[in-house]
Amino acid sequence: MDLLERAPIELKSWFLNLLGSFGVPQGILSVLSAVIIIGTVIGVFLGLFALMSVMERKILARAQNRYGPNRVGFFRWRLFGLFQPVADGIKMITKEDLVPRTSDRAVHFLAPVVMMIPALLVLAILPYGRDMVPAELDAGILYFFAVGAGTEVAVFMAGWASNNKYSVLGAMRAIAQMISYEIPLVMAAIIAAMISGSLSPSAIVAAQGGFAWGFVPQWFVLTPWGFTAGLLFYIAALAESNRSPFDLPEGESELVAGHLTEYSGFKYATFFMAEYIGMFAVCGLLVTLFLGGWQAPLPFLTIIPSWCWFFGKVCFVAFTMVWVRATLPRLRIDHMLAFAWKFLLPMSFAAFLSAACWHYAGRGPLAWLLSLAIVGIPYLILGTAFTNRFAISRRTYQFSE
Amino acid sequence: MNIPGSGIIKGLAVTARNFLGSYVEKDRLTTEQYPEERPKLPENARSFPFLVFDGEDPEAGMRCVSCKICEKECPPQCIYIVQDRDAAGKAIKRPKVFDIDISVCMSCQICVEVCPFESIRMDQDYELSSFDRFGSLVLGKSRLLKSNTYYRNIHPTEAAETDARLEADRKKKEAAAAAKAAAAEKAAAEKAAKAAVEPEVKA
Ligand code: SF4
Ligand code: SF4
Repeated sequence: MDLLERAPIELKSWFLNLLGSFGVPQGILSVLSAVIIIGTVIGVFLGLFALMSVMERKILARAQNRYGPNRVGFFRWRLFGLFQPVADGIKMITKEDLVPRTSDRAVHFLAPVVMMIPALLVLAILPYGRDMVPAELDAGILYFFAVGAGTEVAVFMAGWASNNKYSVLGAMRAIAQMISYEIPLVMAAIIAAMISGSLSPSAIVAAQGGFAWGFVPQWFVLTPWGFTAGLLFYIAALAESNRSPFDLPEGESELVAGHLTEYSGFKYATFFMAEYIGMFAVCGLLVTLFLGGWQAPLPFLTIIPSWCWFFGKVCFVAFTMVWVRATLPRLRIDHMLAFAWKFLLPMSFAAFLSAACWHYAGRGPLAWLLSLAIVGIPYLILGTAFTNRFAISRRTYQFSE
Repeated sequence: MNIPGSGIIKGLAVTARNFLGSYVEKDRLTTEQYPEERPKLPENARSFPFLVFDGEDPEAGMRCVSCKICEKECPPQCIYIVQDRDAAGKAIKRPKVFDIDISVCMSCQICVEVCPFESIRMDQDYELSSFDRFGSLVLGKSRLLKSNTYYRNIHPTEAAETDARLEADRKKKEAAAAAKAAAAEKAAAEKAAKAAVEPEVKA
C-alpha cells in the first residue's frame, strides 16, 4: 500500500535516475523533473475535463429522466458514450474560426490564452497527496487568488474585443459577479488559513489530519464555522466559475452567450476548457481548505492512496455542482449581487467571528456551541429577511386592472 | 417557521430522486433509442405520396392511368408525369415516367384527395435522407410503386375503405356487364324468335 501511495513520486525518480545513469547532466534532469510534474498535472486535469464534459451531460440527463449521450464509442463498442469528448474535440477543431470584422483582432485572439494561463497556474499549489505539491509556497493561498484574478481580465478582454453589445454586457456582468463573489470567497479562505495559522495549503491540510476519538476526522467542514465557511466558499466558487445558478454572464435567454458570443471553434473550446479547469482548481482548493485535502475520512481507509482521496473528493464536489445545476434556475442580476453583498458577505463575517470564538474558547464542546450560535443566529435572521424580501407574491399590474 | 434554504434542499431532493430513480425504474425513461427502437406510428401519420399497385407485378398492377389530375392539382408542382405510348404511338393508360420531387413536396395530401383511381396514397417512410441534394430526392416510378399489401399494413382503415370501394365498383361493373350481356342475349333471342316466326307468317 505504501508503494501505491508513493507510486507517482517513485516512478518519476526511477525514470530520472535511469536517465542520470546514462550520463544526462543534473541541470537537464531537474528541468525534466519539473516538466514531468507539469505534464502529469495538466494531463490529469485535461482528462478530468474530458470526463466531466460527458459526465455532466449524463448526470443532467438522468436528473431529467433522459439517457444523455450514450452513442459515441470506439468502432463497434459503445462504452456508454464515453468517447463523446473525442467527437466534441474533433468537431471543435475542424470548425471555422470566425473573427468579427470590426473586432480588435489581437485582443480577440489573446483572450482565450489569457483565460487558460491562470487556470493552469493555480494548479501548482494544490497538495494532491502526501508530499505531492508541485510548488510548495508559503503563501500558496494568496498566490491562488492573486493569479486566479487574471481570468477576470480575460473575460473582459473577450467581451471588449468582440465589439458586440451582448459580449460587452456579458463581460460587464461577469466582472461585477466575479468581483462581488471574490470577497466571500477570500473571506472563507482566510478563515481556514486563520485557524490553521498558515497560508500554505500543505499546512492547512496537515492541520486537518488525525482523528478525534480515533475515528472522527478533524476536517474543518465538520465544525459549525467550517461548515458555514465551506458552504460560503462553495457558493462563491459556483459564481466564480460562472456555473449555474450564477451563469448570468452566459445567460442564453438574454445575452446569446455573453462574452463567448463571438467565439467559435478552437478558441471557444479553449475558453470552455479553461472554465472547467478553473472550476476543478477551485474545487481542489475547497477540498484542501475544508474537506481535509488528501486525508482519508476514516482511519482504516488510509490504505487507499492519498491522491485517490484528493481526486475522489474533487470529483464529488464537481458532482454536487452538476447536481445544483440540475436543480436551480438562473438568478436575476440584481438578486445575485444583492445575495453576494447582503447575505454572503455578512455571513462570512459571522463565520470569521465564529471561528475566532471557537479557537479562543478552547475548541471544546462549549466552543462548539458558541460558534454554532454565532453563525446560526445571523443565518436565521438574514435568511428570513432575504426570503421575505424576495418572496414570490402575486403580481399586480398598475394599468391593466 | 420556515427555515431559510429549505426550499433548495427540497429541490435537490427532487433532482436526486429523479437521478437515482432513472437507474432503478425503467419506465421513468421515456426516450426511444431510435435506430434500435422504432416508434409505432399512428395510422394517420404521413410523409410523402407513393403509388399503389395490385397483385405481384408493379408494372402490370399499377392503378395509375396517367390522367395527370394530381400533377395539375399539386400546389408546389412537384409531380411530373409522361404518358406511355404503344408501338403505334397511341397513348395508353399508363405513365411512362412518374416522378415526385420530395424536396419540394409539402405532404399536403391533395394529390391523394383528387386521384379518381385510388392510385396515389401517403407513405409513412421518413428515413429518406441522402448524400446529394437533388437526384436522390426525386423519386421515380421504381421507388414510388408499393404494393397494396404494404398500403394495408400502414393505413389499415383507409385501405379497407378503398378496397371495399374498389370491390363495389368491380361488382357494379360486373353486374352492368352481366346486365348488358343478358340484354344482348335477350335481344338476340328475340331476333331469332322473330326470324323463326316470320317465315311461318310468310308461309
Ligand atoms: S396518380 Fe391518380 S391522379 Fe395521378 S395520374 Fe395517376 S391516376 Fe391520375
Ligand atoms: S402531397 Fe401535396 S405537395 Fe406532395 S405531391 Fe401530393 S399534392 Fe403535391
